Amino acid sequence: MSVVLLVEGLSVHFRTTLGVVKAVDGLSFAIGEGETVAIVGESGSGKSTVALAALRLIPDPPGKVAGGRILFDGQDILTLPDAAIRAVRGRRIAMIFQDPMMALNPVYTVGRQIGEVLRLHLGLSKREVMAEVVELLRLVGVPAPEDRARQYPHNLSGGMRQRVMIAMALACRPKLLIADEPTTALDVTVQAQVLDLIQSLKDKLGMAVLLITHDLGIVAETAHRVIVMYAGRKVEEGSVARIFKDPRHPYTQGLLEAAKWEETEGALLREIPGVVPSPFDMPKGCSFAPRCFAALPRCQQEAPALQEIAPQRPVACFVAQGMRT
Amino acid sequence: MSFLRAFWLRFRNNRAAVGGAAVLALVVLLALIGPFIYPTDPFDMVGRPFMAPFGRYPLGTDVAGRDILAGILHGGRVSLLIGVMATLAATVVGVTVGALAGYYGGRIDDVLMRSTEFFLTIPSFVLAVVLVAIFSPTVVNITIAIAVVSWPSVARLARGEFITHRDRDYVLGCRAIGMPDWEIIVLQILPNALPPVIVVASLMVATAILTESGLSFLGLGDPNVVSWGYMIGVARTVLRVAWWMAAIPGAMILLTVLAINLVGEGLNDALNPRLKQR
Repeated sequence: MSVVLLVEGLSVHFRTTLGVVKAVDGLSFAIGEGETVAIVGESGSGKSTVALAALRLIPDPPGKVAGGRILFDGQDILTLPDAAIRAVRGRRIAMIFQDPMMALNPVYTVGRQIGEVLRLHLGLSKREVMAEVVELLRLVGVPAPEDRARQYPHNLSGGMRQRVMIAMALACRPKLLIADEPTTALDVTVQAQVLDLIQSLKDKLGMAVLLITHDLGIVAETAHRVIVMYAGRKVEEGSVARIFKDPRHPYTQGLLEAAKWEETEGALLREIPGVVPSPFDMPKGCSFAPRCFAALPRCQQEAPALQEIAPQRPVACFVAQGMRT
Repeated sequence: MSFLRAFWLRFRNNRAAVGGAAVLALVVLLALIGPFIYPTDPFDMVGRPFMAPFGRYPLGTDVAGRDILAGILHGGRVSLLIGVMATLAATVVGVTVGALAGYYGGRIDDVLMRSTEFFLTIPSFVLAVVLVAIFSPTVVNITIAIAVVSWPSVARLARGEFITHRDRDYVLGCRAIGMPDWEIIVLQILPNALPPVIVVASLMVATAILTESGLSFLGLGDPNVVSWGYMIGVARTVLRVAWWMAAIPGAMILLTVLAINLVGEGLNDALNPRLKQR
């Protein structure tokens, strides 16, 4: 399986009046062709920043990619000339956003907005664009696509709008789809439909998907591999099956415990105590140590590096690494 | 066009604005067709000076025996033309500067906004007087001078609008599909940022007409064309013996400026996004 996206040692910093925030700190991962990789973590773990960095969309200022490489199909996204990166955006890497209401321009019809992608990248004529837009809307399951194409974002429901976003993202048959919390703003019933849609289109078009989410239920249903992020770093990675069956990092274990609560009736929510540390006041050792039930004295002093405790299972935790047999 | 209809329904709610629009339409109509149905040259000495209105000439004659009605009709053209053209120029420059400053931020913003503030610190009428005095008083120069003193406020407004829009998700979405910056600025953000600019521009027409009148009053008007301000300036010295000579063009300015302001207020109500929610 060839690698579509390769991220190596990515660091993204934000300069603020209070100091520099390391939103992403030395993150490495790879996505293979046709593979779905999920990045999970709490708010503030840096997962959305990774999504933006992959398209070189980090707002600068205040943000800046402080180090690392992002190779897409062998090209370094971070050093491409502006015109070349624009040719990648929307055509070879597409992105869906969390809130489909906010991500559409209120003054244009949805048909026109989907058409923008085709116009920018494929140079189709007006008539061809319109025909393709209707075709795309049909593909993502929008009923009466000819009529819908002429409507404005505020005429559509949340689920319809997210379908429009997906149609826009798929317009040029991208190799990689980045979905940043694609279902968070939707009703539960619509969530499942949208996920099924992404899943089936992914199989149909053979694209890779980078799924950014905090919802482990979605991960279990759709992803092949999981990357768990905490405070800007990868703390654990593995196949979905392994991560769910045998989580090694105490943070992953906590996340899964909290997620299980929904299934167990009458049980108390087992939350992870505390909150993500302030980016201005990071603990000296492991960033999770203050909230960790298994923390050792060593955890307070030095940060654990990622180490493979089993094939394809890197974990950044002294406790988990010590358990290796 | 459902947008235009929705706009008209909201605009119609404001009675004063509709009245203002009617008055303004009348003034514009007079300025457009007046000189054709009343072709007297406003510079011709048609009769004895100081003739009172409602005599041989509907609005009397001025200090040099020129027909005041002809002056009002021809002067309206000049006043409105300068008001509209100066506003257009100021809006184009202001929106361009504001858009670039707001969208790009950083150093571009610093440079553009410091230069804008430089203009804002100089009293605008004084600057207009100086500009017209340096570059001979012609209609074109007066229009440019008024535009030069008017664009900074548009620039600041447009910058504010662009700053609130540039971080919205739809702009990020446009960048994520590979849209170039100029297209995002002109085709995506501008239509969203325009309503408040239109409101300010409509009020600016009124200010521009007043500025032109002020310049003409001070003798800095174009000597080859009649404008309402010029007529007041001429009548100034004889105010105590022939008050109507200044009052008639004065009333026209008042009426026009008031009408434009009412329309501007109406536009504000109809285009203001916060009131749209009602």
